[in-house]
Amino acid sequence: MRVVIAEDLALLRDGLTRLLEAYDFKVVAAVDNGPSLLPALVEHRPDVAVVDVRLPPTFTDEGLQAAIAARTAVPGLPVLVLSQHVEPLYARELLSDRNGGVGYLLKDRVSHVAQFVDGVRRVAGGGTVMDPEVVSQLLARNQPPLAALTARERDVIGLMAEGRSNAAIAGKLFIGEKAVSKHINSIFTKLGLPPSDDDNRRVLAVLAYLNG
Amino acid sequence: MESRDWIRDGIRAVAGGVLAIPLAVLNIPLFVLFVVSLVLTPVLGIGLVLLPLVTMLIRARADLARRLGAGFGVPVARPYRPLPERAPIGGLRRYKWVMTDPATWRDLGWLLPGAVAGLVLGVLSLAVPLYGIEGILLLPLWIWLGTGYYGYGMIWPIETLGEGFLSLPQGALILAVGIAAAPYLRWADAQFNRFFLGPTRNAELRLRVSQLTVTRADTVDAQAAELRRIERDLHDGAQARLVSLGMTIGLAEEMIATDPDTARKLLSEARETSSTALVELRHLVRGIHPPVLAERGLEGAVRALAMALPIPTVVTAAVPGRLDTPVESAAYFAVAEVLANATRHSFAHSVQVELWHTGDGLVMRVSDDGLGGADPTGGTGLWGIERRLAAFDGTMALSSPPGGPTVVTMELPCVLSSPRISPSSGTD
Repeated sequence: MRVVIAEDLALLRDGLTRLLEAYDFKVVAAVDNGPSLLPALVEHRPDVAVVDVRLPPTFTDEGLQAAIAARTAVPGLPVLVLSQHVEPLYARELLSDRNGGVGYLLKDRVSHVAQFVDGVRRVAGGGTVMDPEVVSQLLARNQPPLAALTARERDVIGLMAEGRSNAAIAGKLFIGEKAVSKHINSIFTKLGLPPSDDDNRRVLAVLAYLNG
Repeated sequence: MESRDWIRDGIRAVAGGVLAIPLAVLNIPLFVLFVVSLVLTPVLGIGLVLLPLVTMLIRARADLARRLGAGFGVPVARPYRPLPERAPIGGLRRYKWVMTDPATWRDLGWLLPGAVAGLVLGVLSLAVPLYGIEGILLLPLWIWLGTGYYGYGMIWPIETLGEGFLSLPQGALILAVGIAAAPYLRWADAQFNRFFLGPTRNAELRLRVSQLTVTRADTVDAQAAELRRIERDLHDGAQARLVSLGMTIGLAEEMIATDPDTARKLLSEARETSSTALVELRHLVRGIHPPVLAERGLEGAVRALAMALPIPTVVTAAVPGRLDTPVESAAYFAVAEVLANATRHSFAHSVQVELWHTGDGLVMRVSDDGLGGADPTGGTGLWGIERRLAAFDGTMALSSPPGGPTVVTMELPCVLSSPRISPSSGTD
């Protein structure tokens, strides 16, 4: 799988490259600043990009801006955004084009190597992976349309936002997979998401969750 | 609607003019009292007691004039020097405080001219409308008398019935002019008073210096406390965890050959410690300067904050450009504190945050539809906000009647820098 990495700290950039190559990813480009990221993404069209939010020259959010711009140029380009802190606001902006293939994780998560690599693969496969921290910040609220959901359904949508599969959700909540898909259908109905391909509906549900 | 407004203002101003007449007369005995106590100072030291007392009366009278002036659109600041500590009436220190304050002598200089101006303008603002009323009310009298004894307005004496009728429109016109002019007369009176009672440039600077001294001391205190808290958090938190991390990894290193299982357990423990340290650092950073504020400015940071609140919160913002970093940070934490208060105490169903820039300052308004009854004196939260804003000459106003709604309006004088241009380009 071909990867583009954007990270300004050499230590972390090399670490990420080493880590991903150990798991059979091929790092086709590793950039260390905002302005060269967008051309690299558009030129290489990687299977997945791993991007730090804060990059030179302004050290604000050019990584995020470049990722959003790249997804405008190449719709659905899978991007996993890493940051020292997570904001539901940024998650919403990343997802707002309603295409999947988006991840948003705290940098700390890299230390759980197997989980992190799994997350990268799921983003590459078109999934949505939100950091549990984003999810827990949103769980603190109880606003429409999410207020209509039952407690169990909120657990399910939270895990969905983290990018877990039905089987993984079932395992985590100690319920059967059948019960999980029943909950998910109920969530789709309550959020008014019309039947369509399941992956896209999952993205829209997560988006509703973020907008809530 | 509008015509009722000028009539109401006019009547209020006429009432102010009526009040000004006895007040103006009061100036004369006050002046006499002051001169008498001044003369009596060498005699048995009676003036030592009397003069500070009379000055208190004069200052109360001057304060009243300042307050009335503010009511008619001419706010006048108090120019007096602060009372020194341990200066009872009768003491030399109190006497000296009164005598050396230039404002005392300016007050004295005002008493007589102020009396004349107050009297003339007061009588004028009463007499003109009264004459107008006379023209309207006494019309039947002219008709009945019908002879050349009396006159009104332009016609003197009134000889025919037709001329008698003319007093009605004249009276109405004079009444209208009197009422319309009354606020201007009050304004003129207040301007005249301000010339004497307002602080001189020197006194203004002195007031400003003492105000700056207070806000600077507050700011320095708050900053020192903040630094101590950060030091403590780092010392007890991340720093301690990094030490333990080093120890755990060192231990694992030694055991890796002899007892790989334990070594693995230790390493996984080390990883846990590192993520806990990161969580703590993240919280600390958020408290010092939230990253989203650095990245997105005030508007973005407030929006991010609103997303995390349990009460639905609508943010409307019109702040084109970025503020200076310290101002931005003060503004953000002020809004954050008000929102935290609303979340904790208001039981509101919705909250509104409005941010806009007026050209000379930033205005932040947070309103909720909760219970109201917020008390600015209770709790440290609102006081802390005031102090934070005061460092930048900012102000806070709270309106929270029982039953709500609660509206907090904060103002920060500041300039905007031009909107930041994102170098990654092509996004907006």
